[in-house]
Amino acid sequence: MAEASSVSVAFVGSGGAGVLTTGAMLLEAACTAGWNGLLTRSVGPQIRGGEAAALVRLAAHPLECHTDHFDLVIAVDWLNAHRFAAELPLNSRSLVLSDPLGGAVPDFVTAAGARVIEIPLKQMSKASPEWRANMIALGAAARLLRMPDDALPASIAKRFGAKGAAIVNANVSAVEAGAKAVEAQPFEPRLPAPRAHTSKRWLITGNEAAALGALRGGVRFVAAYPITPASEILEWLAPNLGKVGGVLVQAEDELASINMIIGGSYGGTPALTATSGPGLSLMIEAIGLATAAEIPIVVIDVMRGGPSTGIPTKSEQSDLNIAVYGLHGDAPHIVVAPQSVTDCLFTTQWATYLAEALQAPALVLSDQFLGQTLAAIERPADIAFVGERLKAVEFVTPYKRYALGGTGVSPMAIPGTRGGQYTADGLTHTERGVPTSTVADHRAQLDKRRDKLDQFNYGAHWATIQGAGDVAVLTWGSLTGAAREAIAIARADGLEVKLIAPRLLSPPRPKEMAAALANVKRLLVVEQTHSAQFYRYLKAHYELPANTGVLHRAGPLPILPSEIHRVLMTGDAA
Amino acid sequence: MNAESQHVCKPGDYKSDTTPIWCPGCGDYHVLLSLTRALAELGLPPERIAVVSGIGCSSRIPAYTNCYGFHGVHGRALPVAAGLKVARPDLTVVVASGDGDGYSIGGNHFLHACRRNIDLTYIVMDNHIYGMTKGQPSPTTEPDFDTALSPGGTGLRTFNPLVIALASGANLVARAFSGNINETVSIIVEAIRHPGFSFVEVLSPCVTFRPDQKAWKNRVHAAPVGATDDPGRAARRLMTDDGFNLGVLYRGDRRPYQPRVGGTTGDLTELEKEFEI
Repeated sequence: MAEASSVSVAFVGSGGAGVLTTGAMLLEAACTAGWNGLLTRSVGPQIRGGEAAALVRLAAHPLECHTDHFDLVIAVDWLNAHRFAAELPLNSRSLVLSDPLGGAVPDFVTAAGARVIEIPLKQMSKASPEWRANMIALGAAARLLRMPDDALPASIAKRFGAKGAAIVNANVSAVEAGAKAVEAQPFEPRLPAPRAHTSKRWLITGNEAAALGALRGGVRFVAAYPITPASEILEWLAPNLGKVGGVLVQAEDELASINMIIGGSYGGTPALTATSGPGLSLMIEAIGLATAAEIPIVVIDVMRGGPSTGIPTKSEQSDLNIAVYGLHGDAPHIVVAPQSVTDCLFTTQWATYLAEALQAPALVLSDQFLGQTLAAIERPADIAFVGERLKAVEFVTPYKRYALGGTGVSPMAIPGTRGGQYTADGLTHTERGVPTSTVADHRAQLDKRRDKLDQFNYGAHWATIQGAGDVAVLTWGSLTGAAREAIAIARADGLEVKLIAPRLLSPPRPKEMAAALANVKRLLVVEQTHSAQFYRYLKAHYELPANTGVLHRAGPLPILPSEIHRVLMTGDAA
Repeated sequence: MNAESQHVCKPGDYKSDTTPIWCPGCGDYHVLLSLTRALAELGLPPERIAVVSGIGCSSRIPAYTNCYGFHGVHGRALPVAAGLKVARPDLTVVVASGDGDGYSIGGNHFLHACRRNIDLTYIVMDNHIYGMTKGQPSPTTEPDFDTALSPGGTGLRTFNPLVIALASGANLVARAFSGNINETVSIIVEAIRHPGFSFVEVLSPCVTFRPDQKAWKNRVHAAPVGATDDPGRAARRLMTDDGFNLGVLYRGDRRPYQPRVGGTTGDLTELEKEFEI
């Protein structure tokens, strides 16, 4: 039996077949048994009846991305499976369990040379009215992975316990039937022994982590307009915000949600909204208002394929340009990007802290991959970043809300405070906030807003920098995990590669980046955009080595560690 | 907050020293005067009041008050005010707008603000024209009114904001005329006191682009009957009046929308438990 460093399993079936639940239960059971792993979903736009796949990768160590092939695929049915053929790489060592009632095995499976075994999931499920094909598939997968016998029943009890013992028992017997059906089936890949965990671990999505990070950072007002793939942030906050003294309002559109949080924050309450590309486009004008009027706000953009409606359910990094450059006028603001599911918590918390400290909008560029990936993580440490703005409490007459000097951050009066009355304004204003159109006032306030961001000490959090060597990968956001894994493979091959992944995208950090790139002779930029947005952004703000290659591709296909590794070894990014 | 007994307030307490940009003779001067007189009558401390606006001549009003002000982007005063009031229910929030800002670019927010029924007072200074951009037709401009952007007129029927407000759920619907200052003061006072979303349409002439509106003072008249709390009756009256009927025309009793804020300060670590393996 070959011990693999990780094992990848896909459950395939049309929307409504329950494959996403199956994937989540396998992951949950494996993590409870001590393994680590992640689950991503590949779904079409349909709520029911479209294609769906739950993609699970398990290992002893924590994982941040998928690898280049799936070891096991269980298809409840193959309806529209060709639509995600590209997202389901197989090879001759892959085992595919296919229900003969689920349609013909697609060409991409047979072309890969995968071993296909028939398993009559639907037929078997008829043995009991409470059995479902997806639960039988779950049992089969757990057995092939040699998971302990008690892992799944515990997970089933947790998930179905509220429905009563009969339902729990029926599901337990369904997974047992699935296990029995594959008992004699050889399956090579074997997970290393699970680790003993002393610290707390969570099973959480990036969207949930971001929401929790916002609360840790002090967000207590949220305005919400639903959009895929950001809604889970808002839906997690809706019942939970009230428990910590906050409030959530559903807005009529994104124009309203962004302006509502500006109003809430103007009133003194740290405020946030979450959206995706189309919503961000609508919010841009008001983000400029928050920049000009110096109102702290946090906007999470869970990026999806664009432009326009694009691919709502799938990931891409192509909102970088609009996030950094989308505002009209010269409008310095903060753009940060989380680098993993875990980091969604830290980065959103940090964004809240930065927004409040700098009285400016902070955009958090997450993406569908991070947002909707369910992963086992170590409980993120409690950190000291709690958003708190500089408030004006004592006043000399007249109060200058936008006073110049110092760090550029001027004390903000909160409504209700006597003597601090001022008008927050999107018009160019004087230090007092009175509209003006003089050259001097315009320049002074532009300088103020630029300097307060530029001169702030962002500390080491501005980027993840790991390793040494004169070869480096420069990437950002959700591709950081894939880059890290590629670098680990390269190290095993004898090539040391440095990782540079800026978490802070705006304002740029030229000095820090120059230091990070100081000894780098060969650089590989990795990003998930069609037009190499990140590379062009880097070229605009930083000095890159002459030998710089770019590995870039539009979503939704993730860039895998093996691809990055290949380019690192061959030097050929084309 | 009830601070009406704290000290005697004068309208001047609510005025800033910023000189308005309005044209001489603009109706909005009278709206500013009426607003400051109403706030003085209510006796609310200026720092407990926020005046929120969007873009347009009317929307310059926050900076001319001595209250907390917010001058946002075009059409979005209502959501800013909604966010502020929900987060800070202790404040009195007045929203100022015009017929372009409020009925055209901000039209969707108007519907939902009425429907949501947050305790706000929405004062729309309606002059049937875009003044700040020099005379283009607004949703309340008459169909045959000739402008550079609509030669020969728009040919479009006018928007009836009072009917829309009523149908969308506003809790108080009133019409005022900027020139009738005493009446406008009493309408604004009632609108601020009335719980929920109060909508006050103020006919406020634009002497520059609509000099014909100088005749409005001769056309306005008190509503022949008092306010009703029957939406059906109010709808018929609003649909059939001549557009110059002044007074509080509808007074409802819907409960304002106000989620509880700051009531609990639970432990965040409790929320984490759902994620534990």
